[in-house]
Amino acid sequence: MFYRENGQFKTSYADDQALLSIKQDKWFIWLVLAVAFAVVPMFASEYLFRAILIPFLILALAAIGLNLLVGYCGQISLGTGAFMMVGAYAAYNIAVRIPELNILVVFILAGLITTVVGMVFGIPSLRIKGLYLAVATLAAQFFMDWLFSRVKWLTNDSSSGSVSAPVVEMFGFKLDSPIAKYWFVLAIVVLFALIAKNLVRSNIGRSWMATRDMDVAAEIIGIRPVYAKLSAFAVSSFFVGVSGALWAFVHLGSWEPLAFDINRSFTMIFMIIIGGLGSILGSFLGAAFIVVLPLVLNQVPIWFGIPISTATASHLEFMIFGALIVFFLIVEPHGLARLWAIAKEKLRIWPFPH
Amino acid sequence: MKTRWKTAGLACAIAAAFTAGGAFAQANEQFVPVLVYRTGAYAPNGVPWANGFVDYLKLINERDGGIGGVKLTYEECETGYATDRGVECYERLKGKGPTGATGFNSLSTGITYALTDKTFGDKIPMFTTGYGRSESADGSVFKWNFPLLGTYWSAADMLVQHVAKKGSLKGKKIALVYHDSPFGKEPIPVLEEHAKKHGFELLKLPVTHPGVEQKATWLQVRQQRPDYVFLWGWGVMNSTAIREAINVSYPRLQMFGVWWSAAEPDVLPAEMAAKGYNGLSLGHSNEKNAGVHKDLMKVLYDKNKGTGKKEDVGHVLYNRGMISAMLLVESVVKAQTKFGKKPLTGEQVRWGAENLNLDAARLKALGFDGIVQPLKTSCADHEGTRKARVHTWDGTTWSYTSDWYEADNKFLRPMVEAQARKYAAEKKVEVRDCKKES
Repeated sequence: MFYRENGQFKTSYADDQALLSIKQDKWFIWLVLAVAFAVVPMFASEYLFRAILIPFLILALAAIGLNLLVGYCGQISLGTGAFMMVGAYAAYNIAVRIPELNILVVFILAGLITTVVGMVFGIPSLRIKGLYLAVATLAAQFFMDWLFSRVKWLTNDSSSGSVSAPVVEMFGFKLDSPIAKYWFVLAIVVLFALIAKNLVRSNIGRSWMATRDMDVAAEIIGIRPVYAKLSAFAVSSFFVGVSGALWAFVHLGSWEPLAFDINRSFTMIFMIIIGGLGSILGSFLGAAFIVVLPLVLNQVPIWFGIPISTATASHLEFMIFGALIVFFLIVEPHGLARLWAIAKEKLRIWPFPH
Repeated sequence: MKTRWKTAGLACAIAAAFTAGGAFAQANEQFVPVLVYRTGAYAPNGVPWANGFVDYLKLINERDGGIGGVKLTYEECETGYATDRGVECYERLKGKGPTGATGFNSLSTGITYALTDKTFGDKIPMFTTGYGRSESADGSVFKWNFPLLGTYWSAADMLVQHVAKKGSLKGKKIALVYHDSPFGKEPIPVLEEHAKKHGFELLKLPVTHPGVEQKATWLQVRQQRPDYVFLWGWGVMNSTAIREAINVSYPRLQMFGVWWSAAEPDVLPAEMAAKGYNGLSLGHSNEKNAGVHKDLMKVLYDKNKGTGKKEDVGHVLYNRGMISAMLLVESVVKAQTKFGKKPLTGEQVRWGAENLNLDAARLKALGFDGIVQPLKTSCADHEGTRKARVHTWDGTTWSYTSDWYEADNKFLRPMVEAQARKYAAEKKVEVRDCKKES
């Protein structure tokens, strides 16, 4: 009823291969983009920008990156925090040492450096799978923690070990107002999401999915596992590296290795599990869930005027958070993205469900 | 593109004008954000600090009816000692209340680093009583930071003075067991300079967050047998370190904690065994009977309005929190003399903080005599005072075991200024000429 594709005929190959084949989907996406780019900035407060929207977008980008690796290629990684850290410190080092470089170039170079690092830590994936691989990527986490707190050159000899990003400047325009930062991050995330969406339906994405579903079968039909797995690590690390650079430069401004500790990696994994493995939309939903929920849980008692102590609120947050993760894993293992797909299906056949 | 930015900017300005317009009609209140951690690995130390801070704000409201008739309101925000949560709390609270946040106490060096850059744009002062970044004592660059009562560099300097008094340091070994975070790394530059000056060897032994695993560190202590151990820990790391020291039978008498590593939660787990453990006191120890404590008992605790437990009032970190709140309140008091008795903005409070002059008489009137040393801030000096004594745990309580030390500013000031200038150059911060501002 609300969502029916009757009467939409595909008359060309281009139509057939379009990113969104149904008109309603197209309108919906355009609407979302219009709201995100134009409407939200008109109404959002500074708090909304800085505490919710910007972290949400940056983490969504990291989640997309991780989803390409875990959701699409089936290689479990617990090193997301480490790769974000590499991206952040790489961008810092480039920006500090070559100040005249455009910030976009800095971020791309940071992404490329992370790509190399990610591929190095992806090499074990050629021999080991599943839980063992997760443990191997965990090594990345501890190694990077050690590297960035011990090697002084990488923090530009900062005495405290905490580094702070130079002012983000682009074409003579300073990105210091929250709205400018928001647009900057939004543009990057939209671009990367588009790239990711196209990648996963291209030949390379299909080779990832074949490897994920059954690597032996994939090998037999001619997919080289070395190529498929390492390319997944490479692309994923690039995304994660850029998001780490954004997290450091745009969101935190100043950071230490602890900002990208093992908890960050776990949060990212939760994000894609809750959002939906193997789904670009799921990455956004998961990021939104993880970023917004703790804040809501913290704020709700205040709205209702129930004064609870800070410690109780904080503990409550952990409990509800944990319960929800368990709930999602049991009730809907494919995450929020699957719930969304079910809702769409229901709307399609409404009011005559069968 | 340009017009689009402009339109958006305009939209923002209009929205801001509306919210600000609404604010004028609001109550006669001064909002104080309270960044705390009551959960996690650092909670044992974070809770008493938070209780002391909040209790003092309550006291001002209950006893004096606010500051000059302006009531204090506050909201706690849990950071868990995590930098990103701290940034989130800052963004959440900085615009609250009729005039925005009065000033922030971040209670974490990492969060201080992350927020320092933001204060220049937001015009909100940061009070880091006894912590924060050491170079921010130079107010000509760090206009918004106030590391009152002493920085980590001052602390390191005083600790070296103390051990140097016991005999020449030439050829000796000093181990720094530090929390591997901006907090723990702060004293390293000063200690390295001192190592060169006095000719001792500095062993740097980092302990990773949260600090419950220190076996390897103390094994090194056992092998190297340093003459002194300086402990730069926080939270569970301190009590763990003391227990490990007992395990490798390193004499506690040769251990010195910085003022954040010498409080009850650190020594109580080991109780009698921790006997002899020393710490630098930030001008105060666990005094319980100053005027302010009597007021707290009378106004809050006897009426069951206290935040924590009655018997914890006056513990080292409780006092620290209370003093932090007092310095913030006194900044507002000072600022009110210039801007009038009304809710003040962060920018106005900053002026108050920069012109603080708490002499002995004023401290006595406040009930802080003996806990806080007289301090005077200025454009060039945001630290105010830099004095400390050493106190020692005797198994049941802390007691002073040394004379007063004063950090050698002739030695430290050039380092502070050099580091501050470096920051200014990096961030393109305008350096104020303090001679012009009186």
